[in-house]
Amino acid sequence: MAYVKVKRRELTFAERMYLPAIMKGMALTFKHFVGVGGRKGVTLQYPDEKWELPAFYRGVPSLVKDTAGREKCVACSLCEFVCPPRAISIIPREIEGVVEKAPEVFDIDMLRCIFCGYCEEVCPEEAIFMSKEYEVCGETREELVFDKTRLYEIGSTLGPDGGTPDAEKKWERLSREQSAQGLGED
Amino acid sequence: MAHLLALSAADAYDRAEGFWASLYPWLHKVFVENAWLTAVLLVLVVGLTAPLLVSLLVWCERRGSALIQDRLGPNRVGPLGLFQSFADLGKFLVKEDVTPDHVNKPLFLLAPCIAVAIPLVVLAFIPYGRNVWIADVDAGILACFAISSMHVYAVALGGWSSNSKFPLLGAVRASAQMISYEIALGLSALAVFLVVGSLRLQDVVLMQADGWVTGGEYLGAWSKLLDWNMFKQPVGAIIFLIAGFAETNRHPFDMPEAESELAAGYHTEYSSFKFALFFLGEYAAMIVISALFVTLYMGGWTLFGLENALDGWVASYGADNTGWINWVAVAEGGLHASIFSVKTMAMLLFFIWVRWTLPRFRYDQLMRLGWVRLFPLSLAWLVVVAVATGLLR
Repeated sequence: MAYVKVKRRELTFAERMYLPAIMKGMALTFKHFVGVGGRKGVTLQYPDEKWELPAFYRGVPSLVKDTAGREKCVACSLCEFVCPPRAISIIPREIEGVVEKAPEVFDIDMLRCIFCGYCEEVCPEEAIFMSKEYEVCGETREELVFDKTRLYEIGSTLGPDGGTPDAEKKWERLSREQSAQGLGED
Repeated sequence: MAHLLALSAADAYDRAEGFWASLYPWLHKVFVENAWLTAVLLVLVVGLTAPLLVSLLVWCERRGSALIQDRLGPNRVGPLGLFQSFADLGKFLVKEDVTPDHVNKPLFLLAPCIAVAIPLVVLAFIPYGRNVWIADVDAGILACFAISSMHVYAVALGGWSSNSKFPLLGAVRASAQMISYEIALGLSALAVFLVVGSLRLQDVVLMQADGWVTGGEYLGAWSKLLDWNMFKQPVGAIIFLIAGFAETNRHPFDMPEAESELAAGYHTEYSSFKFALFFLGEYAAMIVISALFVTLYMGGWTLFGLENALDGWVASYGADNTGWINWVAVAEGGLHASIFSVKTMAMLLFFIWVRWTLPRFRYDQLMRLGWVRLFPLSLAWLVVVAVATGLLR
């Protein structure tokens, strides 16, 4: 049998008149109208009220400095390589000190970024963090390529070390190790 | 109505000098004695109030629908978002007015004009008070129906001249729907006029306040409410209401637009101000049907004797014709018009309420309801009323 004929219930006179059902519906909508039924306070009036972001929220990727205000990024370019949409571009430079490299240029193109968080995950120095910032807007494409200054600015909202202070104090450890080897901090 | 503005010719003549003095008797004859000035003023008042009411109505529609759906609705422009409609109107004015190449240009332009003009014309026949109306036509209701039936041309021409498929489908549906439901609308209204014995709308209003329903000793003030045609002719009122919904293309009969099926129906190709005119016309048609319903079934400008509140004042000062304006008559007219407006507004809110409750009818259901249910029902009701009127007379 290709199809089953469903037996429909005969409608009563009242049901065929529509009007009782209409009254019922009107009563329901009226209840919502005066605020008796339904849910209230669902609407968030966005620019005035803002969503309380959950801890796992991934916003704009940002750069952070350590507790002493030094750049944590060593321009290893791992994030650049892992970035699926290739939003990150880094040009390294040499610096004086126990750490040899730091980024000269660190750009993230927010038009390309997909907020996947791979950069944060891959960073061996814990220098890049997904911030809570999500209002990314600009009038030109160039404006939306965030440079190092802008990224550090956003990162500073997370606090030093991205809010998770480095217990190891990497710079102290490195200088200790290097002076033990007689290299010094020249 | 002539006495709303009452300045005696001699008085006016005394005040004027030179050339104007020679014109005054004539001006007085034309504008005051023939009540032209009052008519012109009323036209201005009604003509300006209707669009303002439309903007208020759009706000009610949007906020009301929001509340019904547990949302907030527009609440940014002005207090409670009241000025949203004006902002939207401003937007319509500055938008590009696209006239597609493939349209029939004269008709394309004509359609929105008809859409707005027809409902505004019908508003002229409605009595807003004991002495307040623009045109007191003996065959008032016939004039109303005759003119409002031309509203279908706006939809038909708009859809036809657009020369593309969705507008055409919308227009075809709309024409069929409006013509079908006009019969039920006319027949149900006819039952009222059978009882009144006059086609003048003012007579219908007065008939509903004449205390025909007695039994005040049992019912108290309720007897006055029961004198409304709504309760004397409940079946006719319901049919008129349903047909009225269909006539104005409102939910649940918004076939001509049916966004989910026909893009936007007959005004798909319209943009900018021409679209705004269609929009205005649609809401103005709603105001007209509400005003007609209030006049025919809800006692018009009367309200359980409240309309007589100023009678003593009118009796003692009403004949005072020394000023430019007869303020007593204006106050009385204002009271009546306010009662009328409140009732009309209530009807309009009912329209909105229904829209956000009921889903759209299927087209064949719509036609079946119109021809198989409402048409015979209104005919039967007419017969019942005719027999009852004959027996009671």
